[in-house]
Amino acid sequence: MREKREKREKRDKPWIMRTYAGHSTAAASNALYRTNLNKGQTGLSVAFDLPTQTGYDPDHALALGEVGKVGVPVSHIGDMRALFNGLPLDQMNTSMTINATAPWLLALYIAVAEENGVDRKLLQGTTQNDLVKEYLSRGTYIFPPGASLKLTADMIAYTVNEVPKWNPTNICSYHLQEAGATPVQELAYSLSTAIAVLDAVKNGGQVPAAEIPKVVGRISFFVNAGIRFIEEMCKMRAFTELWDRITKERYGVEEASFRRFRYGVQVNSLGLTEPQPENNILRIVMEMLGVALSKDARARAIQLPAWNEALGLPRPWDQQWSLRAQQILAFESDLLEYEDIFDGSHVITAKVAEMVAAAWKEVEDIDARGGVIEAVESGYLKQRLVESNAARLRAIESGEQVVVGVNKFVETAECPLTKDLDDAIMTVDPAVEKQATEAIKKWRAERDQKAADAALAKLKAAVKSGQNVMPASIEAARAGVTTGEWAAALRDVVGEYRAPTGVAGARLDQLQPNAKSKVEALRARVAQLTVELGRRPKILVGKPGLDGHSNGAEQIALKARDVGFEVVYEGIRVTPEQIVASAIEEGVHIIGISILSGSHLALVPQILERLKQKGVHVPIVVGGIIPEADARLLEAKGIARVYTPKDFLLDNIMGDLVELVAKAATTHAAE
Amino acid sequence: MPPNERATRLAARVASAEKVAVAAALNLIEDRRAQSRSEIEALLTALGKERAPSFGHRIGLTGPPGVGKSTLTAALAREYRARGLHVGVLAVDPSSLRSGGALLGDRARMSFDPEDDGLFVRSLATAGDTGGLAYAANAGVEVLATAYDRVLVETTGVGQTETDVEHVVDTVCLVIQPGSGDVLQFIKAGIMEIPDVIVVNKGDHGKLAQRAAADLRGALDRLRNAGLGDAGHGTPLPVLVTSARDLVGIDALVDIFEAQRARVSEAELLERRHCGRVAWAVALFARRYGEHGLNTMGGRVALLDEVDRALVSGETPVGVVAGLGERCLARLRSPI
Ligand code: B12
Ligand SMILES: Nc1nc2c(ncn2[C@@H]2O[C@H](COP(=O)(O)OP(=O)(O)OP(=O)(O)O)[C@@H](O)[C@H]2O)c(=O)[nH]1
Ligand SMILES: [Mg+2]
Repeated sequence: MREKREKREKRDKPWIMRTYAGHSTAAASNALYRTNLNKGQTGLSVAFDLPTQTGYDPDHALALGEVGKVGVPVSHIGDMRALFNGLPLDQMNTSMTINATAPWLLALYIAVAEENGVDRKLLQGTTQNDLVKEYLSRGTYIFPPGASLKLTADMIAYTVNEVPKWNPTNICSYHLQEAGATPVQELAYSLSTAIAVLDAVKNGGQVPAAEIPKVVGRISFFVNAGIRFIEEMCKMRAFTELWDRITKERYGVEEASFRRFRYGVQVNSLGLTEPQPENNILRIVMEMLGVALSKDARARAIQLPAWNEALGLPRPWDQQWSLRAQQILAFESDLLEYEDIFDGSHVITAKVAEMVAAAWKEVEDIDARGGVIEAVESGYLKQRLVESNAARLRAIESGEQVVVGVNKFVETAECPLTKDLDDAIMTVDPAVEKQATEAIKKWRAERDQKAADAALAKLKAAVKSGQNVMPASIEAARAGVTTGEWAAALRDVVGEYRAPTGVAGARLDQLQPNAKSKVEALRARVAQLTVELGRRPKILVGKPGLDGHSNGAEQIALKARDVGFEVVYEGIRVTPEQIVASAIEEGVHIIGISILSGSHLALVPQILERLKQKGVHVPIVVGGIIPEADARLLEAKGIARVYTPKDFLLDNIMGDLVELVAKAATTHAAE
Repeated sequence: MPPNERATRLAARVASAEKVAVAAALNLIEDRRAQSRSEIEALLTALGKERAPSFGHRIGLTGPPGVGKSTLTAALAREYRARGLHVGVLAVDPSSLRSGGALLGDRARMSFDPEDDGLFVRSLATAGDTGGLAYAANAGVEVLATAYDRVLVETTGVGQTETDVEHVVDTVCLVIQPGSGDVLQFIKAGIMEIPDVIVVNKGDHGKLAQRAAADLRGALDRLRNAGLGDAGHGTPLPVLVTSARDLVGIDALVDIFEAQRARVSEAELLERRHCGRVAWAVALFARRYGEHGLNTMGGRVALLDEVDRALVSGETPVGVVAGLGERCLARLRSPI
């Protein structure tokens, strides 16, 4: 009895528990945060909508269908006030998943805190602010790599003394795994990113050399943890070891506390399935073990996805279920009573050593290529990720990698959780967008226009002359400038960027023998169709809107090439107008649209309308996160087929595409 | 509608740069079915009547992979548009797989205003014509050149893996990037056809680019002094530094193109276009049917002569190659 109590007293403090949340409006999200905190969540994690992340106001044409959808819109200081209304900012630990517009959102946060009499020195939290992984995976970048790196360096230089408890950047490997990265790629690419950021600060001249160790100490990471949880746990230990080496050897940091690998986690979502979605909660729990078990490499903060991840947005109850999993592990189990339970395990030690060696080799290779920025611009890194993801999908398709409920053990009783599928997710009221559009117009009309103009002019001048962007941004925040205006000012000065798609040069491994015959049959069919058509079937794969989920489009494009299609794929964030123009100019036989952000009902009809207007008749298919009812709606409007994650057999999809082209050709010939 | 009338109508719509028509014409010339051949020839003949034979300017951008040809093409297209000229782009992609499939990646580097009717971009896979310009490229250029004032053709390749681009354009612009010493080697060794303009792109890499340009100029001067590799017209070969990324040197490059175009006489231009078509047709034939095929048809010199005469008499290169191919196969098949 006594012993037991003693153990309890020695328990470690649990990690910070968060839920990635935000939707509709600042006020609605504020209410959600309060409920979440009442449920025992200990930190906030703000999800912004895509217009806010890509620097557009709700009334911008590109924001159509996206306002308040996958996160909260924050367009000006008024929204930021509403978002944190009544929450004590000096006691909060706020994580913001914000990147290209990170300086702006931090500026708004500081401005609101100071209005409430909170000293900026007390603010705690994180702005994600890792643009490299945006180019490689996440897709909400705006500016060219050089300019982006300068903005990150500005934020680091500014916060190190002005907001000393803030993590100005959170280097992410999470999104790399979500784009298909292997554990070694995750290690190497994210550490190389950290090196690029620290080099930029070191060589930027804004921070004196003596303060570099302090800067190093403020760098934190955001990591992924997949279902191979032993290997993932080893990955965390490898991170710890490599970061210690880099900080010591490359940046000469002596203080052990500044060299510690501090990281937060969101566990893997890419592997969460649409079929038998209830199984996902079990995957989530196991993945959490990977980042919790080893005390020496334990996460500082954890957020978990929900069981219905592949269906659509989670409802509060879905998120609560995941939060409870964390709480049970932290408070019911005995996990926090022990020192590191793997110390001395030669199995773990050997695995970690192997990963450290492999990752280090990659880090050196990237260095030899001129660093991570160069390797982003040349398309090398993206290409490697696309290849890894293709290998992963092939292994699932061939059954080599087991996914329970998907390619094995598919027999199932009816799941009570998904009896009414379309109610098993959260939907955002479409009226939100209209209200936001009107509200932003009102905001602009009511503010002191002269003050806003002056602040914007000052901001531009600061960026042009290479000054730190933060002071001018904070002033602009106070002057009522909007998110779209802030970003437009920077777009004007530093320009915009389109990242390499990685698909053109991607090479695929040899197929497994059992998969080969299917692909060969498809190739033969395409060859035959080529003779019939007179030229090779040509497909346009298009990603309209602000949605950055490129995995599906990339893999469809690659596979189509593989079976013999000519493929045009222009990357993310193209407009419906561009898609139609490309389809016409390229003379494609079929169009494939990929949308995962939920804006399909706004965007697909636009494309259809325009094609009709231009007199183009080709079959169109749509893929992504499309709820069943919406799929029927789209089909009624003329979409030939709708695909969702459950359609994981790419060979079957290709077979459909070929037949759709063949059918369209014969109907045309008959006309 | 009879094929000839259909072709005449389509040609007229192409000439008025109606996008759907330009695309339809390009779809047609890519069509390899035997039954489409006469229609293609009719189209090409009809297109020939829409414009004066010396109309426009066709520029080829060629160079090693990844030097920024697509980015530069996009920048050039914008500059021409700013000058009020209409632009057609043909991006020739050599990267098709053995399966014949291809990922046409150049377009991703060229985002344009979709509402602009004065700009048209088409990707073309080489579809098995290993190492060479696509079968349809020659005709594709004719289509675009009927619709637009300036035609830009992007191809990858340098040195021995020459792409035949010089046969379908008036001006060849070789694009390289700083640090690609191999180009210098090719020029020194005389392996490479000397282009009309050399661009060192990625000039934003600083001194490196300027130095590469200086090295090139030096090497070219030495060649000239040795009586080799004259750019023609007695002027030294222009070597230019650009940054397609930062839009530096783009207007100067367009100035050079425009000056070169203005300098050639109509007769010279027509001669070049004619010789280009002859050479393209023979090269394509040789690539398809090999040395043996050439010999079967009487050898390269005889073939050049034959093609020359056929084109003068009004046949189209596409038709000539197809006809030669059939005759060659028939001869090969017939018992000796
Ligand atoms: C991986 C992932 C990411 C990665 C994306 C990496 C990348 N470069 O693609 C990262 C981590 C970056 C990411 C970020 C975000 N994500 Co996310 N993400 C996912 C996840 C887990 C898997 C998607 C995926 O890649 N699957 C693998 C590919 C191969 O499958 P697929 O795209 O579905 O394609 C298949 C079919 O759909 C179909 N298909 C798809 N496209 C096409 C096209 C054609 C022509 C054809 C024929 C077929 C076809 O065929 C494919 C083969 O099976 C999903 C949930 C899930 N499990 O599905 C959430 C999900 C899509 N994400 C979501 C959200 C909200 C976001 C964010 C917007 C969050 C935020 N507020 O910031 C961000 C921002 C991203 C952005 N810029 O838009 C939501 C979307 C909600 C909605 N629709 O209502 C989802 C559903 C998660 C959730 N439940 O909340 N995400
Ligand atoms: N720094 C710099 N990068 C450039 C410049 N021009 C192009 N790039 C980059 O170089 C890479 C290749 O550019 P592309 O335009 O695709 O080159 P390409 O020659 O068309 O490539 P292929 O068609 O694959 O042979 C991209 O990452 C471009 O962003 C430039 O002037 N400066
Ligand atoms: Mg290119």
